[in-house]
Amino acid sequence: MADAAAVEPARPPFWRNVRVLRFLGQVGFVVLTVLVLRELYLNLAFGLRRQGLDLSFDFLRQRAGFGIIEGISYSPNQSYVRALQVGLVNTLRAAAVGIVVATVFGLIMGVARLSPNWLIRKIAQVYVEVFRNTPLAVQLVFWYFAVVLTLPVIEGGFSLGDFAFLSNRGAAIPWPRAGPSFGTWGAFLLAGVALGAGVWVVRTRAFDRTGRPHHRVLLSLAVLVAVAAAGYVVSGDPVELDVPESTGRGYTGGFQMSPEYAGLLIALVMYTGAFIAEIVRGSILAVSRGQKEAAEALGLSPAQQLRFVVLPQAMRIAIPPLNSQYLNLTKNTSLAILIGYPELVFVGRTIANQAGRATQVLLVWMGAYLVLSLSISFLMNLVNRAVTRRGEGR
Amino acid sequence: MARGISVKALAVLAAITLVAAACTRDEQPDEGDQTTTEQGDTGGGGQQQQESLLDVVRSRGTVVCGVNDTVPGFGFLTAEGSIEGFDIDFCKAIAAGVLGDPAAHELVPVTADERFNSLRAGQYDVLVRNTTWTSSRDGSEGVAFTHVNFYDGQAMMVRAGEFAEVADMDGTTVCVTAGTTTELNLADYAQQLGIQIDALVLQSNDDILPAFEAGRCDGWTSDSSQLAGLRSEFEELLGDLEILPDVMSKEPLGPAVLDGDSAWYDAVSWVVKGLILAEELGVTSENVDEEAANPSNPQIGNLLGAPTEEGAPFDPGLGLEPDFMVAVLQAVGNYGEIFERHVGANTPLGLERGLNALWTEGGLHYAPPFR
Repeated sequence: MADAAAVEPARPPFWRNVRVLRFLGQVGFVVLTVLVLRELYLNLAFGLRRQGLDLSFDFLRQRAGFGIIEGISYSPNQSYVRALQVGLVNTLRAAAVGIVVATVFGLIMGVARLSPNWLIRKIAQVYVEVFRNTPLAVQLVFWYFAVVLTLPVIEGGFSLGDFAFLSNRGAAIPWPRAGPSFGTWGAFLLAGVALGAGVWVVRTRAFDRTGRPHHRVLLSLAVLVAVAAAGYVVSGDPVELDVPESTGRGYTGGFQMSPEYAGLLIALVMYTGAFIAEIVRGSILAVSRGQKEAAEALGLSPAQQLRFVVLPQAMRIAIPPLNSQYLNLTKNTSLAILIGYPELVFVGRTIANQAGRATQVLLVWMGAYLVLSLSISFLMNLVNRAVTRRGEGR
Repeated sequence: MARGISVKALAVLAAITLVAAACTRDEQPDEGDQTTTEQGDTGGGGQQQQESLLDVVRSRGTVVCGVNDTVPGFGFLTAEGSIEGFDIDFCKAIAAGVLGDPAAHELVPVTADERFNSLRAGQYDVLVRNTTWTSSRDGSEGVAFTHVNFYDGQAMMVRAGEFAEVADMDGTTVCVTAGTTTELNLADYAQQLGIQIDALVLQSNDDILPAFEAGRCDGWTSDSSQLAGLRSEFEELLGDLEILPDVMSKEPLGPAVLDGDSAWYDAVSWVVKGLILAEELGVTSENVDEEAANPSNPQIGNLLGAPTEEGAPFDPGLGLEPDFMVAVLQAVGNYGEIFERHVGANTPLGLERGLNALWTEGGLHYAPPFR
């Protein structure tokens, strides 16, 4: 037996050959997947045919016929496709701003939870526990119906000397608008940025060579501002201020925020901010104590310790879970249907209802959110790769 | 050895595929002609003849109706916890007509937005939820409207004294319920008048109420019957309200069932027609028993399926009892009685009969004869 094995190692029978088993396993899985998908599709097609419905997307070119309260330019005479685009842009508007604000807010709250100051620490803790442990839908309805809508009505709304307004019809503030000579000034701006970048590089090199303080931020900003200011004077008022006005029923001009958008944004930021605060706290705690002690021994102030030693390392730990929170926030914008903010799901539901094509709209939603989520994941993976230490991980 | 492996592997693979394919083949639908619909979870098709909802309802012993519970007068959840109203009485009438017992019904409140999906999903047998009959709902939603039970039109409600007509409302915000024809009519009407009206679309009247109360909207648009109900219910809360004279659209409302089930369609349809005909013939909940025993004319005899001198009563062959209208009229009375009970002049809504009068009295209600 032993001799025979030494001469030619016995091959196990094929049903115990790991390679064959793996291969069969893969094949079986593929067959199963295909069959399940096929069955699902046939079931769908059967159900639709039974009710005399089809799976064509041609109806999307029909006239939409319904109004949309806010978003990019749109009229009811345009097609369902245009209405969906309006919804998608509104989704992006809520998600992008929400992600940025929630991150800043969550970062502040996460750091506050570790503050040596008892009051600050407790405030942050209560915030996190309250907002992390109640459903977002409830919070959204609360912020919209109980907070935003209880602002004064437009006749008695707050106004800041006829420049800025706030009421339950929305908020409006003055906003810069490109004037006729904006192009000229734009050229100056570009030149300023280029010069500033040049100063940055020169100062950095000088620092590397001599070790003297570089002051690159201050100096390059000063150059940029100087050039921009000179250009502003030369081109003659390239930017005008668009001051909003109240019509008694709403606002025109300036930068406006609708009550629905405000309600959604507040809810998303408060909710997601609580989760981000916990991620930040956990990531900071995960940085070894020795790092902070070493920074302290070098004589860095507490703020410098956080800025230069702890946060850069905590960032690396925080990015993967942050990605999940960003995805959640993006998908949670669909709850806006509860308060009438016309994002993608809202517009889609109207279309599904008016055109009677629920299945097609579902497919559009799934496709759109899939693309959105994968794009965010892709960006976050790039960030993750950029902050990962060389030689670490893959 | 190696070749043996691959041959056997292929054989196994082929066997798996065949078995799996055979399993799914059984559940393949037949091409075309699956016209009837099914209720419940009998699986993905099958070879056996699909039964009509009429039989399903009989064997289940209750009729399930998709209804509204936020429109006073038509379907409204009362403080006592029951849903009452004009549409609810039609559900009771269908239960009485099909099962002989008006109590044998179940009410499923549903949003405007979900009503057709839920009907298709079989969550209820009939949708009696102030639903407007339109061509694309007949064509694309896979539903069939049985008979108009209320002729309505879209109107605009505002705080008293703010506007005289919709044309004055340029630049305003108006609250609308999601998933209604109202959304479309509002956009069309504003366009026609050349004014800009922003529609704030919320899920139900319950959501619009706080928004309107807070002054987020200048107007509230819906079917005029609904607005009348809302005004009567909420005038205390919202202050004086006014319904503007504009009529923005035609809104014929009626019960809807799934496409392709003619037995069930006929049953629901003829209960509604019977109610209208009963009013025309003067049969009420008061005199129905007398008339059934001793009809004052042959038409009433046909309607009530009263026994004739020869013996056999008139049976239109709808798959219902010949005297099904007796139970219906005993339960809810004729069309006029339902109207007066929930939305008529002596109710908080105080609606005139108007278009909803019988054709003999200048209205639009006209039922085909029982012959």
